[in-house]
Amino acid sequence: MHSRLLPALLGLALLAAPAAAQDVIKIGEFASMTGANASFGRQSHNGTQLAIDEINAAGGVLGRRLQLILEDDQSTAGQAATAVQKLIAQDKVVALLGEVASSKSLEGAPIAQRNKIPMISPASTNPKVTETGDYIFRVCFIDPFQGTVMAKYALSKGWKKIAVLTDVKQDYSVGLAEFFVKYYTANGGTIVRDQKYSSGDKEFRAQITSIKGAAPDAVFVPGYYGEVALIGKQARLLGLNVPLLGGDGWVGESLLPVAAGALDGSFFSAHFSTDDTRPAVQDFVRKYRAKYNSTPDDMAALGYDSAMILAEAIKRAGGTDSAKLRDAIAATKNHAGITGVITLDAQRNAAKSAVILTINQGGFKFQETVAP
Amino acid sequence: MKKPGPNLVFLLVLAGLAVLAPVAGWFGPYVLDILVGIAINLILAVSLNLINGYTGQFSLGHAGFMAVGAYGSAWLTLQAGTPAGVAGTAVFVGALLAGSLCAGLVGLAVGVPSLRLRGDYLAIVTLGFNEIIKGAVQNAEPLGAQRGLTGIGQYTGFFSAFAGAALAILVVHNLVQSTYGRGFLATHDDEIAAESSGLDTTRYKIVAFATGAFFAGLAGGLYAHFKQFIHPEAFGFMRSIDIVVMVILGGMGSMVGVCCAAVLLTVLPELLRALAGWEGLPDVLRDFVSNRMILYSVLLIILMIARPQGLLAFRAKKRVTP
Repeated sequence: MHSRLLPALLGLALLAAPAAAQDVIKIGEFASMTGANASFGRQSHNGTQLAIDEINAAGGVLGRRLQLILEDDQSTAGQAATAVQKLIAQDKVVALLGEVASSKSLEGAPIAQRNKIPMISPASTNPKVTETGDYIFRVCFIDPFQGTVMAKYALSKGWKKIAVLTDVKQDYSVGLAEFFVKYYTANGGTIVRDQKYSSGDKEFRAQITSIKGAAPDAVFVPGYYGEVALIGKQARLLGLNVPLLGGDGWVGESLLPVAAGALDGSFFSAHFSTDDTRPAVQDFVRKYRAKYNSTPDDMAALGYDSAMILAEAIKRAGGTDSAKLRDAIAATKNHAGITGVITLDAQRNAAKSAVILTINQGGFKFQETVAP
Repeated sequence: MKKPGPNLVFLLVLAGLAVLAPVAGWFGPYVLDILVGIAINLILAVSLNLINGYTGQFSLGHAGFMAVGAYGSAWLTLQAGTPAGVAGTAVFVGALLAGSLCAGLVGLAVGVPSLRLRGDYLAIVTLGFNEIIKGAVQNAEPLGAQRGLTGIGQYTGFFSAFAGAALAILVVHNLVQSTYGRGFLATHDDEIAAESSGLDTTRYKIVAFATGAFFAGLAGGLYAHFKQFIHPEAFGFMRSIDIVVMVILGGMGSMVGVCCAAVLLTVLPELLRALAGWEGLPDVLRDFVSNRMILYSVLLIILMIARPQGLLAFRAKKRVTP
């Protein structure tokens, strides 16, 4: 039964491969445009597309236009690999941008590595992604970094006694807590209480009471927004009125409505803020709003940065030879991106600043930028 | 006597595959990816057809068995250090077999207590089981937990995938066509009548369940060693639904129909991908086609309206009625 379907498939696939034009540089993007992670995928694609359009409007790279070929992986396991195979084998892209979700990047990365096609992930924070090989990069910071950033920030605020409340079910939370404690205690801070909870818990009074007894200056809660909102609320009810600190897991639609003011005066780290006063950021926000009629989030900014870093590397490499392009991407230094000044380190991860946001009267306010 | 027996056909298919295997490389990695995807879905659909189609049970946990096979075999080849060459092939085949056996045993363990339930109740239990497997893997550190299992060797190729598919088709076909296998159909047609003719229907259900689970495990093992990365999300509820859709679209209990559906549903999204990228496409249609998963769903609905009994269900009818 394949005998009849296969030629049909091949025929269509061949038709689909556009005639190779000399004046175009093909860049592949794989993203979750449909399915569970579609909101991440669409934002990061919008950011990427905005960057590509901007570059082309300015005359392209090395006199050639950039062509972004997008393939949807449906947020479905297994599909990212297929999409990457298609982009490399069929479309002959010179580089790949994607994915937001680490589990999809980990599927595409071995294929990119095998074919020696450089790949830049905009937002996959799992350390294993870039460990796949020397052709895989990312422009976001990895989870442990946020822990260090918040520890630095706490010390700069002069808070010497901190309690930690970790979500033991999330690698993310455990990773942040581990690196927070490491940096904080090595630089003169004291952890006065170490409490734990599990994702899905609704009742935190026991942990909060224990923390209150230790009278800390602040509490580090590197969890996700659902529990954090409840923790904030219960802490205020029990009279624990110190600031809470956290990471980018706090960003979620239900955080502020559920917390209902209880988190005012708390701080968390993020990739990007629309309130950042740097002209490049304000320019990006304005252009994004004009084009898509919505506000860019972290994913859009990271998508934009990934495309810009790639374009810059193609320019420096003087062409699209894969080894040269790889070296050029690896040599990225002090790239002034929307999400901070980006330098790629020896492990092909981005060493860059994080922004600290504070919660104030039911909104996020930009506080400051913390360098690595 | 005129028609060659299924075993002979199987051997011929294996020989044909061995000849085709080097040729398959010409298509390039993308087409190979789709072809292997077809083979894996064939195994899944055919094995689920034994449970849902022939035996008339309603399992929604097929992806769970697939997960057992995938993680079991991948863990084994990783422990063996993913050797290359002949040793690699031996390790791969051994790991596949072990993974499938694990899945079969889990199928047995789930089947024995739960197969007293019928219809919707069984569907819920198998669905719950699927989530339990997923949850267990998400918390199992040696299996990569929520981060997924990386660094699996790429052992699965065109030959091994389609040999697995041919094996699944052969075993299910022979099982159902045998004198013993008539019991599956009897269980499906009328459980009370089958019981009163002295058939142990629970036993038939368990055999169907364990065999189906074994092949789901095989499909999982082939999948893991092709994609080189597995993640708990790959074996969720939606994956189970995908397989159920193949069986229902193909026609419950129709081998040819289910095989056709497995091929069609694997190729269709990729054809739509190609269509969306086709330069000759009128701009009016481009926006519509670029949302290919919507188009895919629409096509699925149209197919189900046009042939609610399944693509080739009439064949099954002919065979079942004496």
